[in-house]
Amino acid sequence: MKVLMFGWEFPPHISGGLGTACYGLVKGLNHHNQEVIFVVPKLWGDEEPLADFVNASDVRIDYREKRFKKFWKNLTYLEVSSFLVPYLGPEEFKKFTDYAVHDRTDVDESIFSNKFEFSGKYGKNLMEEVSRYALVAAQIARDKNNFDIIHAHDWLAFPAGIAAKEISGKPLVVHVHATEYDRSGESVNQPVYDIERAGMHAADHIVAVSQLTKNILVRKYGVPASKVTVLHNAVLDASIIKSEYEKKVPEKIVTFLGRITFQKGPEYFVEAAKKVIDRDPNVRFVMAGSGDLLNRMIDRVAELRMATRFHFTGFLKGDDVDHMYAISDVYVMPSVSEPFGIAPLEAVRHNTPVIISKQSGVAEVLRNAIKVDFWDVDAMADAIFALLHYEGISRMFKELGSEELKKLKWEHVAAKLVTVYEKTLAERS
Amino acid sequence: MRTICFYFQVHQPFRLKPYRFFDIGEDHHYWDDFLNRNVIRKVAQKCYLPMNSLLLDLIHQYKGKFKVAFSLSGTFLDQMEAYAPDVLESFQKLVATGHVELLNETYTHSLASLKSKEEFHGLVKKHQDRIKELFNGYTPKVFRNTELIYSDQIGAMVSELGYEAVLTEGAKHVLGWKSPNYVYSNAIEPKLKVLLKNFLLSDDIAFRFSNKTWADYPLTTEKFVKWINAIPKEEQVLNLFMDYETFGEHQWAETGIFEFMRHLPEAVLKHSNFSFSTPSEVASAVPAVSKIHVPIPISWADEERDLTAWLGNDMQDEAFDRLYELEKAVKKIDDPEIKRDWGYLQTSDHFYYMCTKFFSDGSVHEYFSPYDTPYDAFINYMNVLSDFILRVKQKTAEMQDQAEAIK
Repeated sequence: MKVLMFGWEFPPHISGGLGTACYGLVKGLNHHNQEVIFVVPKLWGDEEPLADFVNASDVRIDYREKRFKKFWKNLTYLEVSSFLVPYLGPEEFKKFTDYAVHDRTDVDESIFSNKFEFSGKYGKNLMEEVSRYALVAAQIARDKNNFDIIHAHDWLAFPAGIAAKEISGKPLVVHVHATEYDRSGESVNQPVYDIERAGMHAADHIVAVSQLTKNILVRKYGVPASKVTVLHNAVLDASIIKSEYEKKVPEKIVTFLGRITFQKGPEYFVEAAKKVIDRDPNVRFVMAGSGDLLNRMIDRVAELRMATRFHFTGFLKGDDVDHMYAISDVYVMPSVSEPFGIAPLEAVRHNTPVIISKQSGVAEVLRNAIKVDFWDVDAMADAIFALLHYEGISRMFKELGSEELKKLKWEHVAAKLVTVYEKTLAERS
Repeated sequence: MRTICFYFQVHQPFRLKPYRFFDIGEDHHYWDDFLNRNVIRKVAQKCYLPMNSLLLDLIHQYKGKFKVAFSLSGTFLDQMEAYAPDVLESFQKLVATGHVELLNETYTHSLASLKSKEEFHGLVKKHQDRIKELFNGYTPKVFRNTELIYSDQIGAMVSELGYEAVLTEGAKHVLGWKSPNYVYSNAIEPKLKVLLKNFLLSDDIAFRFSNKTWADYPLTTEKFVKWINAIPKEEQVLNLFMDYETFGEHQWAETGIFEFMRHLPEAVLKHSNFSFSTPSEVASAVPAVSKIHVPIPISWADEERDLTAWLGNDMQDEAFDRLYELEKAVKKIDDPEIKRDWGYLQTSDHFYYMCTKFFSDGSVHEYFSPYDTPYDAFINYMNVLSDFILRVKQKTAEMQDQAEAIK
């Protein structure tokens, strides 16, 4: 089978988890001898040659093609209102403000040129890039007619998937890694929601990364449950990481590592920390990462008078992330809404016991972890205290965690994906 | 006798280096030597060296009729010794003329007066010793507390140490209808005189000098003398207190601040009946008109003239309380490095950087802070303090072990 796949990023040039997941999936498909044409807005040239890569920035658009008219119109419309800013994490936000490659005012030139240099990032012209990407997808679908099925990852590539389907008539599978509800809570960005919804309804089948996400699709996007298959993510490497890095402080360390935003529930971690410290002052809590709630968390920690026991590291890069996992005695992910959440698996790889919220997709696959409701700070404090003090349970988690990782392989995910493809094609004919 | 009393504050903190969570328990050097050295060298070139030489010229020129006072913080003395011996030498020359007075303060420009009398006295004593050592046995008679922080209680603590006078802000909410241009006395210990800063005329030089939107811009010596001549005859003392960095650093040389100061003594001595005096001369020559009641501490900072630049928000209070919790333990430890760091961590600037009064005087705070936000300042300080706490604990445990071994 040959799959025409639309993504937004691919390792090593990634800024989020989407690229990593695409990489794992393509690798898994390779394992099962499936061919993949992988399209990204911008190729850097140092990607691992796992697929037939297409650089969208290199594709020339044939503007005489009448069937593209609809996508052009979309673009003209968006150009006028391209001040739309989708949800951005702190790291993306920095790129967003730094980025000015496409800061054009010359409408004629940018709309009617037949090649377009994508940034492939999450910049302020994101909406324009998304519609441009659809145009490129239409062109690719017209030129390459040797694929069997189309697969688009997350809303950024949904318009591309829709366009490719309309031009080629081939079935479309959309893959939902996160929804606007996960990113923004109830205050969704309407244009983003509209694109997500359009993609899901245009699709022949939908893949969701967790049952949790599937429920959101059914409840909030009006998708029939029978149209959605749950495929949990996997890990690229299930080996246990033995770090040489040593802890410099005598106390045990409890860690939160992630963006400090509403979605990740940092405030519940802070409140739970206070409860633990009141009982046992010989613990250090660390909040690693940055985000729009960081300052509020600092204020709260100061207010609770525990700043010599609760530390902030700011955004961690490279080795520091590994070091942080390595010196942690407990890892906590109190996410309010997490479609999947790959970080706890990283913690397990470092042999660190984890506590995860029931509102995370990863809770559906990770059995040897303590699961609490994100809002239940008493239960969270209780779990932290137990993992710090009762050797038995943390030892058990360490032993079983690595076993569990071995089951989470991309090959298994890809195998299931192939059956999804086959079923979708069968339903078509 | 009508007189002008100039006092200049010279202070530089030991700024912390970026100290990360991963450094806790391992790295015990907290100070940003490179940044601190650079700041001292930069300010030396722009302010200390040219202004010291200007003052020396004026003192020689007016044969003692022009005089000033300085308070040099201990953290400044230490950094000057390490990074700018040329500046130290120029201060020593000024003091040697006999027309420059030095004041005492807490050694590390600390807020100890608000927390612990014992620590406060210890830091003052240390400053006395250091001034004596560096300036040929000089013994100050007048005290100025960190950032001119003062209250009746603090005045009483100062009096206990034998000082004749103390300097503070002529804060509006304390003075009410009264004028700062008199000598007052402490409400608890009347023998301690209190000199109040005239913040209008001081700030005309220190803050507004180069402000082109100010109605009285540009400030000339003629204008300034006209203003002081307009002060009611019975008001005797005009206290002009300011940061020394006003000259050449806050107000650049290009603004004409050096020219202004070069010609001010001549204009004052020729066209008014004001003379120049040092704080101790004022204290011994001018009787106090009344007591001044300051039940709640005041300072010379920000619009509010209170303590909110250093204390009051949760971050500042947390850092301050966690630091002074260590006092007893540190007192028992005989380790020069722990003693030094304990002092330097008390410097008021660390708490100033954590101030979140973004709207009133935020831009002034930002100008002085090496951090992007008060939150960064807090995180960095607490990381350092966490390491310091570990060191104190470790030393205390070692000492207990030794004591038991002796038994």
